[in-house]
Amino acid sequence: MTKTLVDKVWDRHLVAQEPECPAVLYIDLHLIHEVTSPQAFSGLKARGLGVRRPDRTIATMDHSTPTIPGGLKVVDGAARAQLDTLAENCREHGIRLYELGGEQQGIVHVIGPELGLTQPGMTIVCGDSHTSTHGAFGALAFGIGTSEVEHVLATQCLLQSKPKTYRVNFEGRPAPGVAAKDMILALIAKIGTGGGTGHVFEYTGEAIRSLGMEGRMTICNMSIEAGARAGVMAPDDTTFEYIAGREFAPQGEAWEAALADWRALPTDDGAAFDSEVTVDVSSLEPMITFGTNPGMGIPISAPVPDPDAAGDASARASLKKALEYMELAPGKPLLGRDIDVVFIGSCTNSRIQDLREAAGILEGRKVAPGVRALVVPGSQEVKRQAEAEGLDRIFAAAGAEWRESGCSMCIAMNGDELSPGQYAVSTSNRNFEGRQGKGGRTFLASPLTAAASAVSGRVADVRTLAG
Amino acid sequence: MEPFSPFSSTVVPLCADDVDTDQIIPARFLKVTDKAGLGRRLFADWRYDEAGNPKSDFVLNDPAVQGAQVLLARDNFGCGSSREHAPWALMDWGLRAVVAVSFADIFRNNALKNGLLPIAVDEPTYARLRDAVLADPGARVGVDLESQSLTLPDGDTARFPVDPFAKKCLLSGMDQLGYLLSFEEAIARHEAERGKSGAKSS
Ligand code: SF4
Repeated sequence: MTKTLVDKVWDRHLVAQEPECPAVLYIDLHLIHEVTSPQAFSGLKARGLGVRRPDRTIATMDHSTPTIPGGLKVVDGAARAQLDTLAENCREHGIRLYELGGEQQGIVHVIGPELGLTQPGMTIVCGDSHTSTHGAFGALAFGIGTSEVEHVLATQCLLQSKPKTYRVNFEGRPAPGVAAKDMILALIAKIGTGGGTGHVFEYTGEAIRSLGMEGRMTICNMSIEAGARAGVMAPDDTTFEYIAGREFAPQGEAWEAALADWRALPTDDGAAFDSEVTVDVSSLEPMITFGTNPGMGIPISAPVPDPDAAGDASARASLKKALEYMELAPGKPLLGRDIDVVFIGSCTNSRIQDLREAAGILEGRKVAPGVRALVVPGSQEVKRQAEAEGLDRIFAAAGAEWRESGCSMCIAMNGDELSPGQYAVSTSNRNFEGRQGKGGRTFLASPLTAAASAVSGRVADVRTLAG
Repeated sequence: MEPFSPFSSTVVPLCADDVDTDQIIPARFLKVTDKAGLGRRLFADWRYDEAGNPKSDFVLNDPAVQGAQVLLARDNFGCGSSREHAPWALMDWGLRAVVAVSFADIFRNNALKNGLLPIAVDEPTYARLRDAVLADPGARVGVDLESQSLTLPDGDTARFPVDPFAKKCLLSGMDQLGYLLSFEEAIARHEAERGKSGAKSS
């Protein structure tokens, strides 16, 4: 019988399946962080339970940690209490913690792959919806709630009903200036924020195969923004090259055995999917969002849609409300609109390749007067690498802030935030009302578009950026 | 967990699409280490003005909806993050069910684990309920999980789907961790076999 990649990973991890009940699925890697774990540990304690597999549990501090250069001053007492609680829980249960100030600290979805913890064929969960990022390696990776964090801590298993599969075929090659971020924004604009509900995406096609791991992670990361439970990609030589030699990657004979195993994972020819969509990448422009959910995206040269032209009453109402919040006029282009802040970072776009792309635009140029540009590396490792390549000096010379690693202005829990009314071009993944600070307004875009906009002081098209 | 029992209630007509978890509870209120008291932060940015005063035009501040146990929204309720603080906040405010045309997956999961019932209805049922509640804020609905039925203010009933396992857990008050723990032997066997076969995990 032909199987999809998801079928294969699923079958390997199936512990039990009773009638009319969800499957008991074994979890290989459980990532935890300070915000969604405290209540799970309290729950365990209340039941007198321990952590079943501390060796398969990895903790990091990222969401509410400061990114002020060189500084570890936590934003407030509440954040401090959360960080202390995580450290205490990790100590008590023998869980490895990448803590604030440590050399390997970083955003949970950046450090997993970077340390070689994320591997093909695994099941990976984290109390964070962007766990889908790890699917870029051919792992089945879900975001879970805090109750489920408790379940996994206690049993190393998760109750899951088998998701439906959805093939997303990215055909053709992107034009210059069009990045992985534009591909995923185009998909979400096409199928909507609920388009993938109940499904796991499998991304296929020439445009995926020719992407590096960073770009693949950008795409899998935002699967959740289209409502999908997860996103996966077939592991290939690009994947294996990325993993080889990393701290937790298999070594020697174990590496050869792992490779043989991983090569058997890709979807069999002729396997069926529950749904399918094709996106023609060669015709894409850089994408940008104008509204208050990630599905409200347009090609950068297109006008902001007119609510009156929208399909039904409800779509009209949503668009109208979004444009009111964003204070944007329908029918006018976003291009050329003044901005206040540029944020380059988040688990979507804070890896070394993203920073190289941004630096390529900022080199020899200056951030426009009046614009604040933050560059926040995804991890300390990314930071060191960027500094070794001299990217930090390019950012500094351009007048951008070079920060410590963390989630930062993606979620605005650590003091990095927009002021009410400000406009930001941001490489993160969510443009919900107030996501980047109460009253702040977010345009989601690629690192190239963000850097071009920083230089221009307004929403800019990287393809036509003046010398 | 308390077994889920039938109830009737007035309805909060929020009636919006794509209500995301950053609206249900903004991220800056997630810096907590327990679950209590989040109801005060529910829909904080829609509910309070700059000075922290209730905005009179937001539905949750309408005196008529105080004490309601059912929230009405439309498509894709609860999209966004995996924060379980969202159902915790909704429940802490006093809600026991959310009626919507569709729900985001993680939210639905999180809600069911906490005894907050996600009730998915079709578009015409949604519209009927919305019209009834907007016309009469005192209009009541009945929620019966056993028969999976929602009684509309005009007395008609609409059936709604529920995952059979979640239903069993809610009706009996059984928690899902208890169920998982009963598989200890199978889990240990799985670990032993996978270790042997050399299927590499971590
Ligand atoms: S960077 Fe943003 S989306 Fe990613 S884990 Fe942090 S808060 Fe979540």
